[in-house]
Amino acid sequence: MSEMVNVLRARLLHRYEKLTPDRFTLDCDISLPMQGFTVISGRSGCGKTTLLRCIAGLTRSEGEVHFREQCWQGAKKFLPVYQRPLAYVFQQPALFPHMDVRGNLQFALDRVKPDARKIVFDDVVSWLELGNFLTHKPSQLSGGQQQRVAIARALLASPQLLLMDEPLASLDVDSKAEILPYLERLHTQLSIPVLYVTHSMDELARLADQLVLLENGKVRAVGDVHELLTRPDLPLAHLDDAAAVLEASILQHDEHYHLSQVSVEGGSLTVALSTLAVGSKTRVRILARDVSITLQPIERSSIQNSLRVRIAEIGPDKDAARVLVRLELGSSCILARITRRASDQLALEVGQSVYAHIKTVALIS
Amino acid sequence: MNTDDLNAIWLTLKLATVVTVLLLLLCTPLAWWLVRTKSRVAGVINVIVTLPLVLPPTVIGFYLLLLMGPHGAVGQITQALGIGLLPFTFAGLVVASVLYSMPFVVQPLQNAFESVDEPLLEAAATLRASPFDTFCYVVLPLAVPGYVTAATLGFAHTVGEFGVVLMLGGNIPGATQVLSVQIYNHVEAMQFSSAHWLAGGMLLFSFVVLSLLYGVRKVGLFRV
Repeated sequence: MSEMVNVLRARLLHRYEKLTPDRFTLDCDISLPMQGFTVISGRSGCGKTTLLRCIAGLTRSEGEVHFREQCWQGAKKFLPVYQRPLAYVFQQPALFPHMDVRGNLQFALDRVKPDARKIVFDDVVSWLELGNFLTHKPSQLSGGQQQRVAIARALLASPQLLLMDEPLASLDVDSKAEILPYLERLHTQLSIPVLYVTHSMDELARLADQLVLLENGKVRAVGDVHELLTRPDLPLAHLDDAAAVLEASILQHDEHYHLSQVSVEGGSLTVALSTLAVGSKTRVRILARDVSITLQPIERSSIQNSLRVRIAEIGPDKDAARVLVRLELGSSCILARITRRASDQLALEVGQSVYAHIKTVALIS
Repeated sequence: MNTDDLNAIWLTLKLATVVTVLLLLLCTPLAWWLVRTKSRVAGVINVIVTLPLVLPPTVIGFYLLLLMGPHGAVGQITQALGIGLLPFTFAGLVVASVLYSMPFVVQPLQNAFESVDEPLLEAAATLRASPFDTFCYVVLPLAVPGYVTAATLGFAHTVGEFGVVLMLGGNIPGATQVLSVQIYNHVEAMQFSSAHWLAGGMLLFSFVVLSLLYGVRKVGLFRV
């Protein structure tokens, strides 16, 4: 019963005030499990941010929002933002410029009753490595540091739900790389469910457990990230850098050849030497264009990552010369983009057992 | 300087202080509402608040005199309440000055409130701060420069008013005879040296106040 209740249900209708031709209505009805990272993705302008703002109550919309057993918005009810047990990280850090870093963090902490506090001030400070900046004003910090303070401030509000609206979008490449590890730790170490808006495939591949795909204000698909990334009927599989993500753990390191071995469901893969400890959980990303298919195992090849897989689905690619083949290994999937001619000549069909050869496997994180 | 002069200076300072304090209290919610509301009424209110900037003070004084007089609406209310009639009293002068100096206080506050970024208010709301809480701990501290400007302009403008006082307050020593009126009295009586003392003092006062205001803003003491 408790698991059934552990969802966020949002049935929302939001019309933009200025209805121009490229504007649309946000109209969605979703039910999301409240655990792990749920990434809301889609092209810019598809309504991702609006959806997040409507859930938070920052933007008014028609409809209902139920978080677990709490009603945040109903027919005659609209719980003001400040009464919802959430926290929000905006694209811009939005730190209070008249307070130093400690003041900003304290602002969040002071508004949570002591017995409702789930996170200790010092833990958050050490976790996001803010100890040296506590007396700095926001204007003295870099963009990445400011965003770290914003994340710390949000965590100190002891939220039951953390909403993040493209928190890395306004940062340069270096700052993005600086923040991502913190987000990953947030992912693995905290039990707070996160709704995360992004259009970056990289962030999606690293962080997402569940995925919500939006298109022109409507929900195109909701589900497990591994599945949605590899479904030929969804736009993600048609991107040039379409890729599957597999959960992996480090098996062993080979210092001599500068390689590491990771285990994935249904086999093991070789990747570039990782700094992670043996046994660590991680993810690998396999680009569809790097996967080729043979009917027999091949020997003496320079491609050393081969897996025995089952063809689950063959679908058209946006490029008429190619097809997308979805390959199952256990309950997870990878995607291969091969030419239609090759597919026909090999007489590939659904259900068939084949070998997938993967040119490069990238560890993400 | 005679006792009337000293009384006039004291009365002027008292009037300006009382009016400035009242204006800051009244204009804080008014300016915040004007900045935040989407109501169309706000436009009309804005015009009304700004009217004293363009109207001759005598026009305002004239209508206030009628309104607060024995046959005016306000006059009848004050009489019914047992306060009596406001014209030609210090209280009447306060009411008139509040209205007359209001744009000089509302506008700097509006500017200050407008310059507080919307995302900061949203961030505060997502951190469990109620609107009042947010106003006290985010908006007010960021609006300090606006308050300095508003208080200075409100005070200085009240010290400098003449027409409204003459229409509504008259020339009663100790009650309504403020500096500007007293200077007028001296000039009327050809007492130019006495007029010089007061007029020169006013000039110096205004110069110093405005210099401080601009100096402080430039140095950035109140810039946050």
